[in-house]
Amino acid sequence: MADKVIQAIKINKHFDGAQQQHVLKDVSFSVDKGDFTSIVGKSGCGKSTLLYILSTMDTDYEGDLLIDNDPMRLKNEAELARVRNEKIGFVFQFHYLLNEFSVLRNVMIPGLKLGKYAEKELEHRAMEKLKIFGIDDQALKMPNQLSGGQKQRVAIARALINDPIIIMGDEPTGNLDKKNGEIVFELFQKLAREFQQTLLIVTHDMEFAKATDHVIEMEDGRILNT
Amino acid sequence: MKYKLLARIALALSMARWRQTMVAAVGVAFSITMFITLLGFMNGLNDMLDGLILNRTPHIKLYNELKPSPAQPVQLAAGYKGYYHFIRSVKPYGRRLEIYNVDPIMNSIEKDDRVLGLAPKISAQVFYNVGAIDVTGVINGVDVEAENKLFFFSTYVTAGNYIDLKNIPNSIILGKSAADKMLAKIGDVVQVTTARGDRQQLKVVGYFQSGIADVDKINSYTSISTAQKLLGEPRTYITDIQVKLKDMSLAPAMAKEYRARYEVDAEDIQTANAQFETGSSVRSIISYAVGITLLIVAGFGIYNILNMMIYEKMDSIAILKATGFSGRDVKRIFIMIAISIGVIGVSFGLVFGFLASSFIDQIPFETAALPSINTYPVNYNIKFYIIGAAFGIFTTYLAGYLPSRKASKVDPVVIIRGK
Repeated sequence: MADKVIQAIKINKHFDGAQQQHVLKDVSFSVDKGDFTSIVGKSGCGKSTLLYILSTMDTDYEGDLLIDNDPMRLKNEAELARVRNEKIGFVFQFHYLLNEFSVLRNVMIPGLKLGKYAEKELEHRAMEKLKIFGIDDQALKMPNQLSGGQKQRVAIARALINDPIIIMGDEPTGNLDKKNGEIVFELFQKLAREFQQTLLIVTHDMEFAKATDHVIEMEDGRILNT
Repeated sequence: MKYKLLARIALALSMARWRQTMVAAVGVAFSITMFITLLGFMNGLNDMLDGLILNRTPHIKLYNELKPSPAQPVQLAAGYKGYYHFIRSVKPYGRRLEIYNVDPIMNSIEKDDRVLGLAPKISAQVFYNVGAIDVTGVINGVDVEAENKLFFFSTYVTAGNYIDLKNIPNSIILGKSAADKMLAKIGDVVQVTTARGDRQQLKVVGYFQSGIADVDKINSYTSISTAQKLLGEPRTYITDIQVKLKDMSLAPAMAKEYRARYEVDAEDIQTANAQFETGSSVRSIISYAVGITLLIVAGFGIYNILNMMIYEKMDSIAILKATGFSGRDVKRIFIMIAISIGVIGVSFGLVFGFLASSFIDQIPFETAALPSINTYPVNYNIKFYIIGAAFGIFTTYLAGYLPSRKASKVDPVVIIRGK
């Protein structure tokens, strides 16, 4: 049996409001090491909410979450930040690069934060990540000089810098045109095949989902298939 | 390493809005400049006004006062012990004005470690004879060198040389107003009459101007020996011993001590000039209040700018948090921005404060009442610079604290999902 990178056990979430909404209902599943998993469902089905709980950024839920067999429930904010830094890479719909720093610096920042490698070595590693995506020639440009597709590839390189055990994506191709979307998707494929990178991507693009190893379908806060 | 990264991010964020950052720093610099200039100028004025009186006033003055004896005979009589005594119309007894045993007392005081120096003095009531009329006055017989060393005698001798008083026998330095009244020029001879009726011719060797016209109208100076001769008294005749201390604040306690030890009256400077102290401290309080108000206003500027920066950089904060920066890291980044604005502003403020003070120091300020002062007085006490710097940095820290706490609480999920 393969190692479980993420285990979600009976996760429930309510949104407080005038009427309490029950957005996630007893969600349990796990992601094995090396899996390329996608979560699909209509908008409002709770798939993004689930992803943010899995990412440890949202801590307002019931149930248990294990990342790398380590329970997240009782960790404080600084410890969770450390987990995100070390074990999780993120790609969002929007690239969220820091405009004040060069592309190379943007990729390096989470690595500098982790402090595992010296700056020189980290720079080298960052260049290698950029090379995987064919944008190493853009390394010294500022993010606003890049096209949307290029920015998203930089964001993926940034997610990879600390060799996370899992990469999470929230509609990573949602903001891109078809051609760039395909390029990004191929990059995810490449990461999964060549580097055995574990990936968990939320998408509403069925074509995208079909090409992944596992598809988790959600509807109305529940997982349909397991 | 960790702080280096945070500092680098802080720098990048403040550089992204460098114009506003600069405005904030200029605000701090301006307030520190004003703080220092104001305090320097105010305290310069204080020093000058204090100097008018305090520099010339001994810290402790030993003298014999004409007063009724505190213990009347009936109180000393054994037979009336335990009675209430009602004594009316008590008069001072015929005590002499001179200090007894003046030489041993002076020797003993001079040996006291707390004492900077002492100057003996004789004051005597006289009449200046101007033609047919007599004008009342006071002649102060002083030890010229000690008086100059301790009480800056030479600074208010405006015409003539103060040391002539010692070198030329039977010489006098007249108050400017008194000299004007007598039409006495330097080199002229004036006649004075003592209270006993003895007349004496004295040569005018200079004028003095204390800055207080009433003092100048009455007072004049001679050497101690001239004064003794004038009064027909022996060499041991001294009416006042003026003591200057190393630490002025010891004066009240030491006056009490001397009073008991030497059996003379002793007056300390705090009692003699309480109103000047009050004036000085009120002026200081006002200038501190204005300076601190300026700093607080500058603090609001920093608060505003950081708040705006946080709204603008919401995305950056969100992604920093998503990629592993904790709330505390984010808080540190914004505190760093505030503190660096503070440090830069304060540094420039200190420099410009010094320059502005120096500028004020150059502005001519001539007044007849203050012969020793030609430009506006400024105090360059390092204390103001330290207080300004400390308070400036403290204010910017406070101004940065609230926005940075807000930044640390930014929920990345809300920002990222909101897109």
